[in-house]
Amino acid sequence: MSGRRHLLSVGDLGADGLREILRLADSFAEVNTRAIPKVPALRGRTVASLFFEDSTRTRLSFETAAKRLSADTVTFSAGSSSLSKGESLRDTAQTVTAMGVDCVVVRHRSAGAAVALSRWLDAAVINAGDGCHEHPTQALLDCYTIQQRLGGIEGRRVAIVGDIAHSRVARSLVAALQLLDASVTLVAPATLLPPAVEAWGVGLSSNLDDVVPRADVVYLLRLQRERQERALLPSEREFHERFGLSAERARRLADHAIVMHPGPLNRGVEIGAEVPEMTCATISEQVANGVSVRMAALFWLLGVPAGIASPPGAEVSPAPEPASAAEVGGD
Amino acid sequence: MTERPRVVIAGGTVIDAAGERAADVAVGRDGMIAAVEQGLASAAGGRDRVLDARGCVVAPGLVDLHTHLRQPGGEQAETVESGSRAAVLGGFCAVVAMPNTDPAIDCAAVVREVQELGRAALCRVEVAGAITVDRAGERLAPLGEMAALGVRLFTDDGAGVQDAAVMRRALEYATDLGVRLAQHCEIDSLAAGGHMHEGEWSSRLGIPGICAEAEEIMVMRDVALSRLTGAPVHFQHLSTAGSVAIVEAARRSGVAVTAEVAPHHFTLTDECCASYDARFKVNPPLRPREDVAAVRAALVRGSLDAIATDHAPHTSDAKDRPFEEAPPGMLGLETALALALTELKLPPAEVLALLSWQPAAIAGIDDTHGGPVEAGRPANLCVFDPAAHWTPDDSGGASRSRNTPYAGRRLRGRVRHTLVAGEPVVIDGEAQR
Repeated sequence: MSGRRHLLSVGDLGADGLREILRLADSFAEVNTRAIPKVPALRGRTVASLFFEDSTRTRLSFETAAKRLSADTVTFSAGSSSLSKGESLRDTAQTVTAMGVDCVVVRHRSAGAAVALSRWLDAAVINAGDGCHEHPTQALLDCYTIQQRLGGIEGRRVAIVGDIAHSRVARSLVAALQLLDASVTLVAPATLLPPAVEAWGVGLSSNLDDVVPRADVVYLLRLQRERQERALLPSEREFHERFGLSAERARRLADHAIVMHPGPLNRGVEIGAEVPEMTCATISEQVANGVSVRMAALFWLLGVPAGIASPPGAEVSPAPEPASAAEVGGD
Repeated sequence: MTERPRVVIAGGTVIDAAGERAADVAVGRDGMIAAVEQGLASAAGGRDRVLDARGCVVAPGLVDLHTHLRQPGGEQAETVESGSRAAVLGGFCAVVAMPNTDPAIDCAAVVREVQELGRAALCRVEVAGAITVDRAGERLAPLGEMAALGVRLFTDDGAGVQDAAVMRRALEYATDLGVRLAQHCEIDSLAAGGHMHEGEWSSRLGIPGICAEAEEIMVMRDVALSRLTGAPVHFQHLSTAGSVAIVEAARRSGVAVTAEVAPHHFTLTDECCASYDARFKVNPPLRPREDVAAVRAALVRGSLDAIATDHAPHTSDAKDRPFEEAPPGMLGLETALALALTELKLPPAEVLALLSWQPAAIAGIDDTHGGPVEAGRPANLCVFDPAAHWTPDDSGGASRSRNTPYAGRRLRGRVRHTLVAGEPVVIDGEAQR
């Protein structure tokens, strides 16, 4: 298993890996504009989605990406499976890979689940969200979207607002933005900030009104409903009042600034009901870019012939044009 | 029964609470120490069993205040027999079996069952009883009934007694029973949902944390309850700088509290969890460097009473799970002495105080355990080479489980022989049954 590539966290990927996948995503974005958006890059490869936690959107995005690369896809979701019969994650995953799977895309409610799988399995593992830890392909697609809209990431001021503490999206995004030299400010009440957040090396604020006019990007996180039950917040209404991006606040953004959200939206909570339709909002672009970026991630993991795969962070082969991408997977 | 040979432990240095001297130790067929003096080995007869102890320390057997033997109910992870084998290989002649079994040890019937299993064990098995029925923290368990069977230590270990009034009443009720109550300090409402220490590492790893204060607040509370009731309280597996400071202050003001720490809390930090390897999941959780340093310093100052293993076996199936889904706990019996010798920079006598005679007194078994090494005393003895280096592997040793966090870590100090009531149960590092 040594030397096999995985996509487990943004930190593992490093700045070079991030830039490499973002470059590859450009090529695949072009594929996605074609009349028949499909290339044979991963023909004969099998990608399994193991979703132990519901996430229709991420799963569909990965499956669309895999199919556009001509990979075969199989899906395992917790509700309909042996997991409810008490089988362990390790046994389930080993069963699936025993069928000859090249890559496992895993979503799990526990931090580190993808890391554990990468130790246990002889297949490439993509972390599609592990507990409160990371969701690296979300960060990649967010970076791709920022780059597309603002022309670059370095030096951009990004405010991430809301439930940082429980957000794998935030952990991955902060790591990616720091690697790409953006300036990050977290905006949240203290109850929704991670412990020892001072060590993250980011700006902190609890005043969204101060932050909005100076931000290039305002990134809103979904507020989980159960947060109020654990005394983290008095009410959704008060959260919206203090930390929600209302239309009124959105109008005080700089002209070029954008509003991002990983979905699904809680309209009227973290985001004003009408904000998603404003031109500053990039929500559907993020979804579209998600497919290109996940194609890039899958190709980055599986598209290099076995044996010459280099470890994360090492120098990787230059981005192929879509035509050459088609050849590489054909072995 | 075949007649046991006399045993002579030859050429070692005897260390007990009274001091240190070069002497051979002869053990009679009755299991008692017959003589402690030089030259016994050369006078040994052909039918005597001579155990080589050159270069070794000959000490009162170790006493573990905190062992999970998992019986009844957890036999896949450990049994009284397998756990006692791990104990004697680690130099322990007595262990206190924790009551968080299934069913819990919370009444005479279960106490008797474990005591019965203990009679066939390789070391002495003292049974700890639960403070409350089913360790649920609500109604008092029959402390008197269990005390009458010889139970000397009570705890709901695995959980703390959450309700301050219940703990107060338990302390008051126990005052005339000659027993000691021990507390697993953890405020559930603060710790709920946590799986490692709350701090920089949990923040980075996205693993929900348990703050140090979840432990410290209960230590503070029970210091106050000990003062209120006049009853002694023993604090189990303290892990933070704050807890240590609270206990030291309490003792200075004359409150009758005692405290133990587990080897992993002075040898491993929360950074170990970065691998998401559940072998590093334990409760209380591994703490940051500063806490580890504070715990060590307190041990070195002599302000804590005991090192107790919190030996907590779990099957590989249970541990080979995502960190948040695996149960907390790690093996400890076979590595505790070596970790203390390797890491604490204390003379052997002070390490032995923490592992033998001080815990023996807290367990209420100092009549037979913890020394002194002198004629007429029961021969519960541990012989170890303080200079021998070894490296534990990931097999878990004699335990039925293999969840050791120390595989591959080079340690100094190795048990050579262990005698329990005169029987050499370990000879040259090998269990004899």
